[in-house]
Amino acid sequence: MNAVDYTKEPPVVEGRPALADIDEMVARPLDERPTKKFYIALSITLTMLLIGAVSLGYTLFYGIGMWGNNQPVGWGFDIINFVFWVGIGHAGTLISAILFLLRQKWRTGIARFAEAMTIFAVMTAGLFPLIHTGRVWLAGYLFPYPNQHHLWVNFTSPLVWDVFAVSTYLTVSFVFWYVGLIPDFATLRDRTKSTVKKVIYSVCSLGWRHSARHWQHYEKAYMLLAGFATPLVLSVHTIVSFDFAVSIIPGWHTTIFPPYFVAGAIFSGFAMVVKILIFVRKVFDLEDIITINHFEKMNKIILVTGLMVGYAYAMEFFIAWYSGVNAELFVFINRALGPYAWSYWIMVSCNVVFPQLFWFKKIRRSIPAMFVIALLVNVGMWFERFVIIVTSLHRDFLPSSWGMYIPTLTDFGILIGSFGLFFTLLLLFTKTLPVVSISEVKAVVDGSQPSRHGGETHE
Amino acid sequence: MSKILYGYTALFDSPDGIMAAAQKTADDGFTKFDVHTPYPVHGMDKAMKVKPSKLGFVTLFFGLLGGALAMLFMYWTMAVDYPMVIGGKPLFPLPAFGPVTFEVIVLAATLSTVAAMIALFFYLPQNNHPLHDTDYMKNVSSDKYGLCIEAGDPLFDEKKVKTFLDAAGGKNITPIYNPDPVKYPLLQPRFLSVLLVVALSVSGLTYFTLNKLMYMPPFDWMSEQEKLTPQRTYRLFEDGYGMRMPVQGTVARGFMPYPYRDQPVLEEEGLANPLLATEEVLTLGKNKYNTFCSPCHGDHGDGDSRLRGYFPNPPSLHTPRAREWSDGQIYHVLTVGQNVMASYEPYTTREERWAIVHYIRALQRAKNASDADIQLVRSDNNAR
Ligand code: HEC
Repeated sequence: MNAVDYTKEPPVVEGRPALADIDEMVARPLDERPTKKFYIALSITLTMLLIGAVSLGYTLFYGIGMWGNNQPVGWGFDIINFVFWVGIGHAGTLISAILFLLRQKWRTGIARFAEAMTIFAVMTAGLFPLIHTGRVWLAGYLFPYPNQHHLWVNFTSPLVWDVFAVSTYLTVSFVFWYVGLIPDFATLRDRTKSTVKKVIYSVCSLGWRHSARHWQHYEKAYMLLAGFATPLVLSVHTIVSFDFAVSIIPGWHTTIFPPYFVAGAIFSGFAMVVKILIFVRKVFDLEDIITINHFEKMNKIILVTGLMVGYAYAMEFFIAWYSGVNAELFVFINRALGPYAWSYWIMVSCNVVFPQLFWFKKIRRSIPAMFVIALLVNVGMWFERFVIIVTSLHRDFLPSSWGMYIPTLTDFGILIGSFGLFFTLLLLFTKTLPVVSISEVKAVVDGSQPSRHGGETHE
Repeated sequence: MSKILYGYTALFDSPDGIMAAAQKTADDGFTKFDVHTPYPVHGMDKAMKVKPSKLGFVTLFFGLLGGALAMLFMYWTMAVDYPMVIGGKPLFPLPAFGPVTFEVIVLAATLSTVAAMIALFFYLPQNNHPLHDTDYMKNVSSDKYGLCIEAGDPLFDEKKVKTFLDAAGGKNITPIYNPDPVKYPLLQPRFLSVLLVVALSVSGLTYFTLNKLMYMPPFDWMSEQEKLTPQRTYRLFEDGYGMRMPVQGTVARGFMPYPYRDQPVLEEEGLANPLLATEEVLTLGKNKYNTFCSPCHGDHGDGDSRLRGYFPNPPSLHTPRAREWSDGQIYHVLTVGQNVMASYEPYTTREERWAIVHYIRALQRAKNASDADIQLVRSDNNAR
């Protein structure tokens, strides 16, 4: 055994940069003109977005008959994509709120980016429940407002809970993110030389003055927000899982769904963060702030949540057998051996088998390896939702009403478009806002806290 | 014009330096001073002797309020305003209200906390603070730690503060002046024209969306469907009418046609009121009369309604003619109409029409009460 000192955390920020260098490092991408590579990337994502927009246009004009949804598979790509994207978002809140409460200093380097990812993922996700209603322009009825029909929404329906959960989640994530951005806007305001930018930053910074009297309330508010965001993020995917679990469809009607969904969400979200940060730190030279240690920690979380998901898969089978309910048992055997068995095995191999490679430290710290595994995890998690939705619906209680689900080109177009939207927003974000929280990173650089209060080891 | 002093500032290089200086400033009895650091420095609130933040109370209050209101609102909509049993659950299913209550608590608590923090605790947005656009602000925004003692402090004395800051180890000791007051008259033409453009475009867009766009395809595809609706043409029939008449002579089950459609009802012919004037019947008649008849004939049948003047004036129902009519004759008017007054057959059932007749009779008797009637009412009232 080699002697590793586990009592001391590795430094969060490598190389002990001067505080002014951090400003420089983070703000440089905002000052420079976008490079050619940026434009190439942007044109790719915009093309994807356009494909999505056209498919969506078809859907809105001709109705959701353009999709593969049918009887009995009433939910298809629309809800699969919704659950997929909401799940992606969860890693951001986990990093920004839960790790904050757990005093994990390493989160500072990646929190801002992860939060942005949350917001964009939830925005993308939010589109799907709206468009799957077919007439998006009537979506106002999802909210209880006094209308001519004297009708209110059904508050006992999980679908209404979902409306509240997702919209609250989006709002709170946005507020949390914005509060974190205020001091950074002030720093940018004071260093920019362009008058236009100065006006924008001044407005966005609200006139923040870095006052210690303000920091005191600010830190309190940040803690309170983190305290609320933590149960919120758990509640959101719990409620998403209620959309299924509260029904009586075999394969959906299980109490394991909430924790299983939450674990899966964090799992896929971290995989997405890992993949994107690999690019961000390279392109923007942020290797000192987003270090390989960050990646290793995230990979460990992927491993843990992957095991939880694997446990849930096994447990579902066990309970199906243990319950003695024929329909339930049939659904699970049909999942593994039926017409959609290929999707089930993609899911199991991507989510349970490949992440096991993260037991090896070498792989946890190898950028190419983790990129591939993270990609597989995202593929696997998309298929998990496919399996849950399609295999459960296509063969339920009554054999005479069994059917098959075949997605159409429009379905795929919208799926591609959702990636286009997400990545376009991310690309624009990297060029317009600081991708790393300047003030938070400064606060965790060695020597930035007074020695009387413990200096570098103090939290 | 001489400038008004806001305060004196000094910069420090290390967190230790600013801590010591802040501590000393607070110990010396200064109260109106502030420390500016690029990130929160731990322990600074104690050094500056500021009280712990009370922001948590705002969160608590609005969180609880939001949760209570959400619960109450759900109860009111689902159990009071439009009670509906769903899935056999009680009208107030507590567990099912849990998720929404929780989400509203979180939403109310976070939004109120942030709004209160920014507006009440920070007095932001404020972009004309004297410290803005100074070298001092540029430094503390990046990598220096600043201390600012304000001129409003009771202990403030220009010379003393300068030496004090110097002794505390501060560098770049500079005075900060209040900016000249600027006036922003609200009636500037530029501001007004921006306001006008915004108002016009928002209302125009709203009008267009709600009154035009929603009636174009595909938005009207819910109302404009390929199905046969009343008033619609239909190619399959020779005459092209979508609405069909029943076959000649058809009689609906249990429904005898009204025999006096094309002829006047004579008293002797025995079209008598089949209902008794019970309280129930009179209430029904009153409701229907108020709904269908009162707009023209007035609440008490005087013909003094709110539509008077917009329509051929309806006669009073208290004329000798109307009073001497048999029940059947009044019923006849309701059923087939009379001149400009339309038939009420499509909107009311037979029972309802007969009930209305009873009610009209009651109105007529009340308006033209005999002494005996008055005596009756009096004794009735006394008996109560
Ligand atoms: C749209 C206004 C309007 C409404 C509503 C209306 N009426 Fe009339 N009613 C008239 C007018 C006008 C006449 C006079 C018709 C004529 O020229 O003979 C009339 C005549 C009558 C007469 C005959 C009076 C007479 O002396 O010739 C009776 C009885 C009567 N209405 C009862 C009713 C009752 C009962 C209702 C409710 C079911 C009703 N009306 C609703 C406008 C109305």
